[in-house]
Amino acid sequence: MNTQMKQVFSRPDSLKDVQTHFCPGCQHGTIHRLVAEAMDHFAIKDKTIGIASVGCSVFLYDYFDIDVIEAPHGRAPAVATGAKRVHPERVVFAYQGDGDLAAIGTSEIIHAANRGEQLTIIFVNNTTYGMTGGQMAPTTLPGQVTSTSPTGRDVASQGYPMKMAELIGSLDGCSYSARVAVDSPKHVIQAAKAMRKAFEVQINGAGFAFLEVLSTCPTNWGMSPLAANKRVGEEMIPYFPLGTYKDNSAV
Amino acid sequence: MTNKIVIDELLCKGCALCTEACPQNLIIMSSEINRQGFLPAQISAENLEKCSGCTMCALVCPDVAITVFKGCA
Amino acid sequence: MTKRLFVKGNEAVAMGALEAGCRYYFGYPITPQSDVPEYIARHLPALGGQFIQAESEIASINMLLGAAACGARAMTSSSSPGISLKQEGISYMAGSECPGLIVNVCRSGPGLGGIDASQADYFQAVKGGGHGGYHIIVLAPDSVQEMYDLAMLAFDLSDRYRIPAMLLADAVIGQMKEGLVAHKYVPPADLAEKTWALTEKCNSGKRKVVKSLRLGDGEMEAHNNNLHARYAEMAQREVRYEGLHLDDAELVLTAFGSCARIAKTALRLAREQGMKVGMLRPVTLFPFPAAPLREHCATARKVLCFELNNGQMVDDVRLALPDKEVAFYGRAPGAGSLPTPEEFLAQIRTHYEA
Repeated sequence: MNTQMKQVFSRPDSLKDVQTHFCPGCQHGTIHRLVAEAMDHFAIKDKTIGIASVGCSVFLYDYFDIDVIEAPHGRAPAVATGAKRVHPERVVFAYQGDGDLAAIGTSEIIHAANRGEQLTIIFVNNTTYGMTGGQMAPTTLPGQVTSTSPTGRDVASQGYPMKMAELIGSLDGCSYSARVAVDSPKHVIQAAKAMRKAFEVQINGAGFAFLEVLSTCPTNWGMSPLAANKRVGEEMIPYFPLGTYKDNSAV
Repeated sequence: MTNKIVIDELLCKGCALCTEACPQNLIIMSSEINRQGFLPAQISAENLEKCSGCTMCALVCPDVAITVFKGCA
Repeated sequence: MTKRLFVKGNEAVAMGALEAGCRYYFGYPITPQSDVPEYIARHLPALGGQFIQAESEIASINMLLGAAACGARAMTSSSSPGISLKQEGISYMAGSECPGLIVNVCRSGPGLGGIDASQADYFQAVKGGGHGGYHIIVLAPDSVQEMYDLAMLAFDLSDRYRIPAMLLADAVIGQMKEGLVAHKYVPPADLAEKTWALTEKCNSGKRKVVKSLRLGDGEMEAHNNNLHARYAEMAQREVRYEGLHLDDAELVLTAFGSCARIAKTALRLAREQGMKVGMLRPVTLFPFPAAPLREHCATARKVLCFELNNGQMVDDVRLALPDKEVAFYGRAPGAGSLPTPEEFLAQIRTHYEA
């Protein structure tokens, strides 16, 4: 066999070659790869500072080959603001879950966006608190059973899931806001493109970029990875439509 | 034209997402537990012949357990 | 002739911080400290620095954490309720060994409290106000000049030991105007470069991680022991205090900050009336001047501690002087409770003659 084999898919250089602690089928792993691919694409690994939030993604520094600062729960956009103001030429991104960003951290994310901070925010929405064992999150769907909405989320008393991509996109300070998913090869390709855009906006100094990525949480949804993946398409995307909600970054 | 995917058994957690992503359903789940305690994905030699190197499986893999090679004609 | 300025305490601490090279400020309005961000908003941009009025005290302490992790001299300021909001962030800074200046211009409490002077946040400041058994450096200015000088010292100590530093003032010290001699900041020769911090340009070397999470076996215990060893070292090397008439004192007063100003007047009156009274004023509340207290109170019959609270520093005085009688006189903070020198003088007389 003398045909020349070319590798067409491989681990991005910015992603350490280690097994992750994420549960089987958890799409944090996929999203980590997309972030790393974007960093490789722009060759900014040495320039990037990652801000780790508190949740399943707290071990950012074990997986990305970059400098990392750990933020308290919900405060990553503020820590990122401080870092970016001190080192404006470095690329700063925060990677947060829905409990971190849409519950305790709503003030920080809204004001960082409103100030138009030159930041890239990756917001992973899996409609639950993963690390702490599956409690109701601000993005938990109506009727969704969690450990703290045992009879299903009752919107009358616990309110509605928050649509962060739209909310952040509505702020004048925000240059780019979109929502993507990684539940199919096609969606992964679109998500990778949006991920590059979210970094490109910052690299070009064109303002605040926000990317919401829908994700599975098989363990806490009590589903198999395949069933959980199906749920993204059947239940989450109808409530959290994919698309670009703001793009005036002229990029 | 010979294309190839390599599934790293030590990284695969047996989530099976790749089995549905493959347009030709060439990947199945092994029945033998790997060292990590998972039933990893695998592709038979026979199925490998049909692989088009489209990378769909690798795209959806949360653990970067699949690398893909495309042979030049 | 050195130029004397007539300056407010809050502005003096801002001037001192900028002179010490602070180029990043994150804060939030709250009486009685808002002159600090107001002054800095006017002067920092011209120095090429960054001023952010954050959306909350919580956001501002976390911006400070981010800036400090990048090696910058950065600060925040607030007053009691706002400092309570910052405690988790301060704990993270302590856990991540991030230096930084936190100015606390205390007001009366608890709760919304009032905007009057108070020393009732002593425990919160010196006993590690947030979770995790850490301590921070706490300096207590008792004049506008010290607001200026101690801002510089706070940055030096904070950077040297990688421990956050708090300047514990209150409404009296912050709001009053007094003479100030500004002077050039001279960085200590032995201040090491911040090799641990994230660099300005890209980092093509070993990755830097600034974090407080430690899950490995024995890792957190070792980290805590390391921090406490540093506290012990500071107790050896970095204690500052002011001593007045201590050599022949039969009664030694202790007080800090605004209360020390009042006690100094009472001390002068007592001396004029022939009473052999001295005073030891802690300038560093952490590390606490326990050794100097033992040394200077060895021959004193009694110690009298004045505070603007219901008794907090007195505990540490008693810990430092286990076999000495330590009396306490304090007024709970709040409108109208600021003691007069004569009030203290009466207490001095009572304890001197007892």
